[in-house]
Amino acid sequence: MSLLGEIERNPPAVEDRGVLRFITAGSVDDGKSTLIGRLLHDTRAIFEDQLAAVARASSKRGQDALDLSLLTDGLEAEREQGITIDVAYRYFATPRRKFIIADTPGHEQYTRNMVTGASTADAAVILVDARKGVLPQTRRHTYIAHLLGVRHIVVAVNKMDLVGSDEATFECIRRDFLAFASALGIVDLRCIPISALRGDFVVERGELMRWYRGPTLLAALEEIDVADEADALPLRFPVQLAVRPGAGTDFRGYSGRIESGAVFRGAEVLALPSGRRTVVKDIVCLESSLPVAVAGDSVTLTLADDIDISRGDLLAEPTLPPRAAKSIEARLCWLSAQPLDARALPVARFVLKHTTRSVRAKLVSLNSRVDVDTLERHTKPTSLAMNDIAHVALALAQPLFVDSYELNRATGSFILIDEASNQTVAAGMIDG
Amino acid sequence: MSAVLESARAGRTALPLRSHLDWLESEAIFILREVAGECANPVLFFSGGKDSIVLLRLAEKAFRPAKFPFPLMHIDTGHNFPEVIAFRDARAVELRERLIVRSVEDSMRRGTVKLRRSDESRNAAQSVTLLEAIAEFGFDAAIGGARRDEEKARAKERVFSFRDEFGQWDPKNQRPELWNLYNTRVAKGEHMRVFPISNWTELDVWQYIERERLAVPSIYYAHRRPVVRRNGLLVPVTEITPPREGEKLEELSVRFRTVGDISCTCPVESDAATAAEVIAETALTTVTERGATRMDDQTSEASMERRKKEGYF
Repeated sequence: MSLLGEIERNPPAVEDRGVLRFITAGSVDDGKSTLIGRLLHDTRAIFEDQLAAVARASSKRGQDALDLSLLTDGLEAEREQGITIDVAYRYFATPRRKFIIADTPGHEQYTRNMVTGASTADAAVILVDARKGVLPQTRRHTYIAHLLGVRHIVVAVNKMDLVGSDEATFECIRRDFLAFASALGIVDLRCIPISALRGDFVVERGELMRWYRGPTLLAALEEIDVADEADALPLRFPVQLAVRPGAGTDFRGYSGRIESGAVFRGAEVLALPSGRRTVVKDIVCLESSLPVAVAGDSVTLTLADDIDISRGDLLAEPTLPPRAAKSIEARLCWLSAQPLDARALPVARFVLKHTTRSVRAKLVSLNSRVDVDTLERHTKPTSLAMNDIAHVALALAQPLFVDSYELNRATGSFILIDEASNQTVAAGMIDG
Repeated sequence: MSAVLESARAGRTALPLRSHLDWLESEAIFILREVAGECANPVLFFSGGKDSIVLLRLAEKAFRPAKFPFPLMHIDTGHNFPEVIAFRDARAVELRERLIVRSVEDSMRRGTVKLRRSDESRNAAQSVTLLEAIAEFGFDAAIGGARRDEEKARAKERVFSFRDEFGQWDPKNQRPELWNLYNTRVAKGEHMRVFPISNWTELDVWQYIERERLAVPSIYYAHRRPVVRRNGLLVPVTEITPPREGEKLEELSVRFRTVGDISCTCPVESDAATAAEVIAETALTTVTERGATRMDDQTSEASMERRKKEGYF
């Protein structure tokens, strides 16, 4: 919570770069909770009473030192087991940016939590223990982050103090990681040597690694530029609500969030599924009328023509429309503890939620399962268990308007809901 | 790319970047509209407190010029600060939205709430009245102003948080929540709690109050009030919370950071008379909102989690 304090010390206007969401991933003993504790502590997002509670809990467990990991392990069950079992969200801010951390567990059974955290993340901080180097779990976490479309990867090589702050050790890990990452097609990757325990190169530069000239972890996170990624794509505006207040007004508008691209007054848009073209008359938000709105903005549009549009419809860029699909191929992460037997596919009933539209769906085939450690594909799996990632084919009761997940996260993603239990059983990413 | 986008892009350069408040606001509006689009019979908890005041502003931005697609509801413990109740009623009238009030005292008369002592905090008893009200109206979604930064158990709660037919939260069996694809499906008798400002912090809330020039009950700002010091907290002296024997009455300049049930809500010393001054204090404060103000959260490390499992907000 240092926002105002910093501004007062540093009066020239500080640019507010909005929000950066990132996930942290690492193996069990990589020091992830300590790193998060360090980030929160050194940006002054931890309060005295929280520290006091951590001190009480630490001593109750017979620990002398303050265990910063207790700050982030929220639920009773986790405190009993000493591991993080679910995604927790943490917040801190600097004068330049607000940060949302999705703290995802490193335990190998919990791929689904990492998938969940990564689905909304702009960046991933992958922890590597400097003594151990790149492990199978490191590769798995990096693969999942990449699969979920996380474009910016920061590798924090932790516990540098335990390897004598040795530059050669760091270089070796960095080369290992780069080789693996470039094979995956990761473009933005940065490695930073840190000591979460001592704080070196987390928020402060520290004394340990004078040979390292790059930014601290926090500075690297502050610099990541996410503003243009979704704006640069063609317009996708899934309609959430048609607004017709009635009674004494002829106002008719369509509310939603611009998921990609931009709209402005006078812009031509294509309404789907009707296929009608019309023109944006105005962009309104409460009393104000906006000349232009871009990806991420929640707005209400009024249109020049009175055409039938309702929740679940999509307004799109007419020259680059999405693809209409009644069958799709996708990568699916199975989230349910209940495994899916391939023989049960003909009778399994799902609701597929895509943007603001839900349709009935059937899984037609399980084409292959991906081994997330070796990245090998095993064809025609007989079942899917929790944490499995598979290539599948689906048939839809009504057409959806889709893009490939790689191109557009919002129109390329979906969840599968079991119609009987109402549970969310899988997350899907549509292939190109 | 098309001329459409190029001209939009040219327009874009004149626009400021989206600030963190713009980002949070847009996300919250999206969530409120998802409730309206997917839930048959939602309700929004409005207590007159600052977080629910922010919710109402977000609802205006999400739904105007139409009416809200839900009524407002307050679960009244009967132990309220009069300024807050007056504000609550005035705001509902001003917005021309329907306000439902259900009271813990009615549950006590019905016998569904039994307190061990008459001066016991009624905060936990709210869960009973709340679940009774949800059943009475058949609400399938209840929108609340809880934030994940408030408390450790809340940090793991979903934006759309499922409650079973007993109103219980099962933290170990939460629905995975991916992208912005919320699974809103419930069976009869079950419901969703929805938290549009999950990702906001106390500082964000005050910055938004300042930016949007939102009115809040006067006790959020510095005023003089008789208090006693108890267990490191300042306890307001009222009819419901008289001083205990041997406690020294002091009159201090204080403000409230939260305005819950009188019997468990404490003010902090402050001279902040405006939102900007509260922001400056909030940025420098060293104690959490609940730590400084709530007697009921300190009873054990897991007290919030237990209450939430039982149906609390």
